[in-house]
Amino acid sequence: MARPLDVEALPAQAPVAAMAAPSVGTARRWWRRFARNRGAVFGLGVFLAVVVMALFADVLAPYDPVAQGVGPANEAPSRAHWAGTDSFGRDLLSRIIYGARIALAVGIVAVLLAMVVGVTLGLVAGYYGGPVDAVIMRVMDGLFAFPIIILAIAMMAVMGFGVKNVIIAVAVGFIAPFARVTRADVLAVKEEPYIEAARLAGVSGPAIIARHVLPNVLAPIIVQAALRVSGAIITEAGLSFLGLGPPPPTPVWGSMIAEGRNFIVMAPHVSTIPGIALMVTIVGLNLLGDGLRDTLDPRLRR
Amino acid sequence: MLRFFLSRIGQTLAVLLTVSVIIFVLMRLIPGDPVLMMLGDDFTQEAYQQLRAKLGFDRSIVTQYLIWLQAILRGDLGDSYLNHERVSRLVWEAFLPTLSLVVASMLVGMLVAVPSGIVAAMRKNSAWDWGSMGFAIFAYSMPSFWKGIVLIWIFSVHLGWFPAVGYVHPWEDVWGGTWRLVLPAITLGTFFSGLVARIIRSSLLEVLDQDYIKAARARGVRRAALVYRHALANALIPVVTVIGLQFGALLGGAVLTETVFGIPGMGRLTVAAILNRDYAIVQGAILVGVVAVVVVNLVVDLAYAFLNPRIRVA
Repeated sequence: MARPLDVEALPAQAPVAAMAAPSVGTARRWWRRFARNRGAVFGLGVFLAVVVMALFADVLAPYDPVAQGVGPANEAPSRAHWAGTDSFGRDLLSRIIYGARIALAVGIVAVLLAMVVGVTLGLVAGYYGGPVDAVIMRVMDGLFAFPIIILAIAMMAVMGFGVKNVIIAVAVGFIAPFARVTRADVLAVKEEPYIEAARLAGVSGPAIIARHVLPNVLAPIIVQAALRVSGAIITEAGLSFLGLGPPPPTPVWGSMIAEGRNFIVMAPHVSTIPGIALMVTIVGLNLLGDGLRDTLDPRLRR
Repeated sequence: MLRFFLSRIGQTLAVLLTVSVIIFVLMRLIPGDPVLMMLGDDFTQEAYQQLRAKLGFDRSIVTQYLIWLQAILRGDLGDSYLNHERVSRLVWEAFLPTLSLVVASMLVGMLVAVPSGIVAAMRKNSAWDWGSMGFAIFAYSMPSFWKGIVLIWIFSVHLGWFPAVGYVHPWEDVWGGTWRLVLPAITLGTFFSGLVARIIRSSLLEVLDQDYIKAARARGVRRAALVYRHALANALIPVVTVIGLQFGALLGGAVLTETVFGIPGMGRLTVAAILNRDYAIVQGAILVGVVAVVVVNLVVDLAYAFLNPRIRVA
């Protein structure tokens, strides 16, 4: 079976010297394919902007995001407050900029956490098969049946509020998809002759999984991760909107939208402007994810 | 066919059993003693022991699970900790508004998705294609709760066309109930329409590339007739699967949407119960929600097999 990433597997089998050239060429070819996709480049731009906002929030934000009364309450956007102020007279732009931190932290950390757990389970289930596989995958089927936001709500009920718990709650919902994608590819890869050869040479199971199986199933996993970050951010925003996210006065986009709801008649900007930040981020991440999928894993292209 | 049906039903039962274990374990992980929560502040040691024994908390965890499972199978979800109402009744009353929102959203979604998906596929790479696919990306990227607020701002506050909040069963007050559902259904339905439009476009493009279509084209069948008479029915089959796969996402989205529009559904019930630490309701509501998702998926899979004989063999 021809696999797009076979070159990536070579370091485990071929001399290093033979490797350098193809991998640089591959990266360049990927970049060219990626750069042709205008939506994906736009998505990358949005993603980088959000990263910059999150990293340099303390430099970029004109005001303290939790300081009350830095302006009049519910003031429409003005020169002093580009995005206006909320009902506590806090500067919305500063809160949006700081909000990028939590959105991005939850989005990325939750997906990484889900990836580590899900991929490990998928590798073990796919490689060993039998009862181990059956038990792991039945549990995954059970988790998969939960709508992600509902599972996250249930987890918040169990763990209580706070940023760390939000990350865990969101991550749990994404474990099953990672496990499924990984297992499916492991099943294909483990029939390859070089796996058989390693096994006959007496290499242990965990070593084969780590050095020979994992590198060959990585592409779809990376694509999966890129596609899931936006879902994780939306889930966090949803939890915060319901009042189950990080407690106030933490600047979180979801709670900002919820707080503004009560002032929709007199001060619609309080709710709508943070929503625009959230939406642009999600659109960007979705376009970026689609672009990465088409670049790295053309099999999945729709 | 029968073998496929039976094995699919068996799988569903296995998933439901796992789901019940997951929910049971989750609820046991909640810190705090549920017996204390049910009793409130004022109780005797004797009453405590009695209730504990009645609820089976003095037995092993496995026995407790089995007792709980038996009760669920009888349709008994227990009593609310706070006001001792039957959880099954509370959940049922909250489930109906949520379900009518989900169904209305699917209708709205299909109304938008089918034409825009067809146009995009028929005029591939045209401005129409780019426009409707761009709309699709925005449609499923916009968080439903924010979209709802924007719609309220435009259509209720400014134009005054629709009520901002409130709910009446559409089957009790056909006109008023439906009218109140319009904004929530658009809110949630655009998300669905974005996904479905993309699926219809790609599956229509795939079908249009097949030999029987090429043969029809060679016979001189007009392009519109080609799409509507020969291709569309086959291209819509994958949409059935999407309904199954997205039912869970719609239910989750409904939980958020109904919070915006003040619809007394599952989302409001669950969130209020979490804030009140009324875990009997949390457990019952989540269980019913997930069972609904699993059952809809089963029905959709069986319907798919029925529509597409190729799958039955697999």
